[in-house]
Amino acid sequence: MAIAFAVNGVARHIDVPETVSLLEVLRNHLGLMGTRYGCGLEQCGCCMVLVDDQPIHACTREVGSLAGCRITTVEGLGSPAKLHPLQQAFLDEQAGQCGYCLSGLLISAKALLDRTPDPTRAEIVAALDKHLCRCGAHQRILRAVERAAALLREAGPA
Amino acid sequence: MNKPVLPPSLVENPRLDRWIRFQPDRTVRIATGKVEIGQGVVTAIGQIAADELDVPLDRVAVLAGDTTAGPDELYTSSSLSIEVSGSSVRLVCAEVRAKALERAALRLNCSRDDLTVVDGQFLQDGTPTGQDYWTVAAEIDFSQSVTGAAPVKPATAYTVVGQSVPRRDLPAKVSGTAFVHDVMPPNLLHARTLRQPCRGAVLSALDETAIRRAAKGDLQIVREANFVAFVSAVESVAHAAAVAAPLHAKWDNVRRIAPEQQEAAWLRGQPSDDRRIGAPPSETPPKQLVQMTISRPYVAHASMAPSCALAEFHDGHLTVRSHGQGMHLLRKNLAAALGLPVEAITARHLHGSGCYGHNGADDAALDASLIALRLPGQCIRLQWRREEEFGYEPVGPAMLVTLHVDLDDRGRPADWTTEIWSPTHVQRPGSNSGFLLATEALANPPPELVPSDPTEARGGGGTRNAVPIYDVPAHRILHHLILRAPVRTSALRGLGALPNVCAIEALLDELATRAGEDPLAYRLSILSDPRARRVLEGVAERAAWSARGPAGTGKGLGLACARYKNRSAYAAVVASVTVEKAVRVDRIWCLADAGLVINPDGVRNQLEGGIIQAISWTLKEQVRFDEQGIASLDWDSYPILRFSEIPEITADLVGGDGNPALGVGECSVGPTAAAVGNAVAHALGVRICDMPFTRERIMTSLLKRA
Repeated sequence: MAIAFAVNGVARHIDVPETVSLLEVLRNHLGLMGTRYGCGLEQCGCCMVLVDDQPIHACTREVGSLAGCRITTVEGLGSPAKLHPLQQAFLDEQAGQCGYCLSGLLISAKALLDRTPDPTRAEIVAALDKHLCRCGAHQRILRAVERAAALLREAGPA
Repeated sequence: MNKPVLPPSLVENPRLDRWIRFQPDRTVRIATGKVEIGQGVVTAIGQIAADELDVPLDRVAVLAGDTTAGPDELYTSSSLSIEVSGSSVRLVCAEVRAKALERAALRLNCSRDDLTVVDGQFLQDGTPTGQDYWTVAAEIDFSQSVTGAAPVKPATAYTVVGQSVPRRDLPAKVSGTAFVHDVMPPNLLHARTLRQPCRGAVLSALDETAIRRAAKGDLQIVREANFVAFVSAVESVAHAAAVAAPLHAKWDNVRRIAPEQQEAAWLRGQPSDDRRIGAPPSETPPKQLVQMTISRPYVAHASMAPSCALAEFHDGHLTVRSHGQGMHLLRKNLAAALGLPVEAITARHLHGSGCYGHNGADDAALDASLIALRLPGQCIRLQWRREEEFGYEPVGPAMLVTLHVDLDDRGRPADWTTEIWSPTHVQRPGSNSGFLLATEALANPPPELVPSDPTEARGGGGTRNAVPIYDVPAHRILHHLILRAPVRTSALRGLGALPNVCAIEALLDELATRAGEDPLAYRLSILSDPRARRVLEGVAERAAWSARGPAGTGKGLGLACARYKNRSAYAAVVASVTVEKAVRVDRIWCLADAGLVINPDGVRNQLEGGIIQAISWTLKEQVRFDEQGIASLDWDSYPILRFSEIPEITADLVGGDGNPALGVGECSVGPTAAAVGNAVAHALGVRICDMPFTRERIMTSLLKRA
């Protein structure tokens, strides 16, 4: 069946069985590779996307439940040519090693900063704690989110 | 004049054109056999080339891991990329620079000494000459062998080396397509496997109808002996088939293991290949013998991304894209496994998630290739499932380390034995140490190998860092290489360094206590190596070690120091912990000496990553077994350190002081685990000798104290 939703501001009509995961639709049908497969179990956070501004795991979310929703992936934040302040802050802090976990983390950080523009370190930790990073870039990632929050506050409301 | 000693990579790959090429777009391509695994090596190699050639970094393109155009530099392992590939690239660039200037001087009818290089252009007395690398490159014979005779720049002349240049691969990784997993050309076929449960298991029945029903879509089933793969244009169809398959497969001759084999204690008394390294057995009876045993269980690489590879077989040529650590070796191993000539295979590296050693990457490349050969003309994308990665990656071996140390009248070690029980630390495919996994499922599986460990010349495996850096009059290692481990084991960051450094540094704390001395002062009293002293004293000062409180308060401060492989980078660590029901690491200070540092922020990133990984291993990680094999198959059953458990970390470097670059990627893991162990012992007033430091072990040790 055809399912209609918006991905990164673009209207999409996808004709797939409604039980197909959002992760597969994003990657294999729409070519948005920033949303990544890590476990398929909602345990690692590599597949995090925003659905109507809420962070959700795309690996288990059936696409049939998303008709009419707004979905944001890491590609929707910005591109290497035009980075979102969060992406810029991650690069400024060199917050990553292999980078596989980063797009999911950027999404959860975006959700946090959208509702809490001036988060404490504890609030950032709480927002990111559902994510795993195996390389050990955690401290840099926390600093990057703080830096992004400052950048966004300086820039003022969008 | 003596012939210069070339790094092993240049001995094996002497031709200049294996390393360097000037491209029409005014860039220079540097090829390396070492690959990016999140450690920043591609950026660092580029920095070295930029400085030696006097070309800006943005004109340097680095090609990493390519069997067609790049050098064979074995595996990206053992913290050797900068030491070996970096020094090779430096010598190649120095030589090409000299040759290019020679050609330019001929053209300009001037002396080579009149020419300088700015932005790749050749200037005569500061004035542009119209000549540059690209104008003279055609006159240089790049098929020549490197001699190593051209002088390299002194470290004082570097402008790019030593700078914290941002990683060149990170922008893609924060914005979209970046990994081998992300390559999906049109008409791609997705594949998953059904794994043979163990070597020797025979697939006696497979209910393909039931699997097709579960797959809910067009599915091809590829079978070759005991290797089975599910292939579909729709990824979820292939995946569903693989998830269902174990329920519909009947295996004979499955080996059972006992769950207690998951503990390091099981190793003692198992059949082993025993050897002694170092001093002969002591002939005098011990005066004051002190013994201590430290253990670490099997631990996983636990990469964030399950292994993945692409393979395509066209007109008799196989092209493989993989995130493995050595493309030339992968090509050779694939050739042997598939019965193809080496020249019929191209292997190219694409980025994967961090591997920290030998994980499933190479195995996935064979899986994909087996399918590609059966389905020629099609691009196959093979990916392991999460449970497959946990269940079938080779794990870091369990280790048991017992120290037997005899003291002199001053309470200092007089005779030291490090006794080690461990399965092998290297079963990388090829070179008689291991196989690509699926070869064991094929019709003629390779004969079982007698396990071996890396030689001492390569830093050892179970014996890595078993020799204390302290002044010990007589030292020997007794190494029991366990012959039959219950699961496949192979290289994981640091190999035996972590358990050995933990044991050595734990014992030193105990000896200090016996002597009634401060652990830092005690160490310094038997430490002559000035570089080790410098990092140890420096980190103690940063952590205000002199203000350390009494033992047994629930708050602890511990320190440790080691030189990785006893020849790479030095690292000293102080850990501050709080122990209640669980251990919480509050702070880590680390000070390292890596000699010449190419990219200081990159090195700090590696130090920090090693620190966090080591804390995770020490506090939380253990691969669990059941009768079938590895039973910890997801992140709930194999938890790792989370954001809420990360300490504040300060990782610093001392100055290079003209010393050559030392491998740094693994140097912080041993000292960190040891410092945490010592801090926990200080907090509790009693030592926990078995990793991980679980709640049960904390309670047990508290009861012991009471």
